[in-house]
Amino acid sequence: MADESVQREALIAAIENVAARIEAEKSTLTDLDSAIGDADHGNNMHRGFEAVVEKVDEFEEMSPADIVKTVGTTIIGNVGGASGPLYGGSLMSASQELEDGITAETSIAFAEAYLEKVKDRGDAHLGAKTMVDALTPAVHTYKKSIEHDDLPPLTAFAKAVDAAERGVEFTVPIRAAKGRASFLGWRSVGHQDPGATSTLFIMQEILKTAEEYLDGETDAEAVAESVPDEDPEEAK
Amino acid sequence: MIGLVVVSHSEKAAEGICDIAAQMGGGSARIEAAGGDGEGEIGTNANRIVDAIETADDGDGVVVLVDLGSAVMNTELAFEMTDVEAVIADAPVLEGTLNAAVESTSSKATLDSVVDSAEDARDYHKLND
Repeated sequence: MADESVQREALIAAIENVAARIEAEKSTLTDLDSAIGDADHGNNMHRGFEAVVEKVDEFEEMSPADIVKTVGTTIIGNVGGASGPLYGGSLMSASQELEDGITAETSIAFAEAYLEKVKDRGDAHLGAKTMVDALTPAVHTYKKSIEHDDLPPLTAFAKAVDAAERGVEFTVPIRAAKGRASFLGWRSVGHQDPGATSTLFIMQEILKTAEEYLDGETDAEAVAESVPDEDPEEAK
Repeated sequence: MIGLVVVSHSEKAAEGICDIAAQMGGGSARIEAAGGDGEGEIGTNANRIVDAIETADDGDGVVVLVDLGSAVMNTELAFEMTDVEAVIADAPVLEGTLNAAVESTSSKATLDSVVDSAEDARDYHKLND
C-alpha cells in the first residue's frame, strides 16, 4: 500500500476533483431534482463540498480516516436536504473502516459500510429509485472483482463505476418508493434520480484521481458483468 | 420534565407549532423549535437539532416531533451526536406536539407516556361523521 502521505495527497486531490465536478454539474443536479423532488440537490451538494474544500489546509495534518470523517461532519453541517445525513452521516460512520489506511481490503470494508449506512438511514431498498440503485451494483462489483477475480483495485473500481452508471440508468424507468419523488407516484417514472446521479459523478472523479495516483494502469474499457459468459443451456 | 423538540423543513412552521403548543399545559412545557436548514432555506440540519435537544433537556430526556423525509434522517443522526436520551414520536407534527405538550407537563409523565400521547394524535378526526 502507498504510504500515508501519498494516500493523504491522493485523497485531497480526489476531494478537490469531486468538489469541482459538483460545482460544474450544479444545474444538472438541480434540474433532475426539480423534475421529481424539491429542486435543491445541486445547490445543497455544492454548498457542502464548497465547505469541505475550505478545510483542505486542515486535512494536511490528518490521517485518511480522519479526513473522510471530517468531510462527513462538514457535509452534515452544511447540506440541508436528505443528502446531509445520507452522504455526510454515511461517510462519517464508514470512515472508521479506513483507520488502518486505504488498502484493497479496507476500501471494500469502507464501501460495504457506506452502502449499509445509506440503506439503513434512508430505509431504502434496491429499486426504490434512490442512490442505493447506483451504489449497490458498484459495491458488489468492486468486492467481487477484487475478492473473486483477483483484479487490481483500480480495475475493480473502473468496473464499479460502470456498474454505477447502469444503476443510474435503471432509476429512469422505475417508480420512486422513497424520498420526495415518491409523492409523485407514477409521475416519477421516466426521470433519472438525482442522488444516484451525484453518487456516480463522485465515483467518476475518485476513479479519475486514482488513475493519476496509481499510474493509470487501468482498462479503460472495463465493464461490469451484465450477461452470463456462457449460454445457460450449453453450460448444462 | 420531558423536553420537546419540533423539527420541520420550515423554520416558520417549527416556530409556529411551538407557539401553538406552548399555550397548552399551563404554558410550562419545555419546547424548542429546530426548523429550516440553518441558512434560512427550507431543509433540516442535524447540528441544529442537536442544539435544540440539548436545550430542551433538563435530564429527563426529550421527545422529538418531525415532519417528513430528511427531518427523520437528520433527527436520527442527531441522536448519534448527543448523549441526551431522546426518541422520535411517530405522529402528525402539529397535533402530536399539542398532545405531547399537555402530557409532558403532567407530574407522572415519562418518555414513553409522552411518546404515546403524541402518537394518539394519529387517530384525530377533524370532522364528525
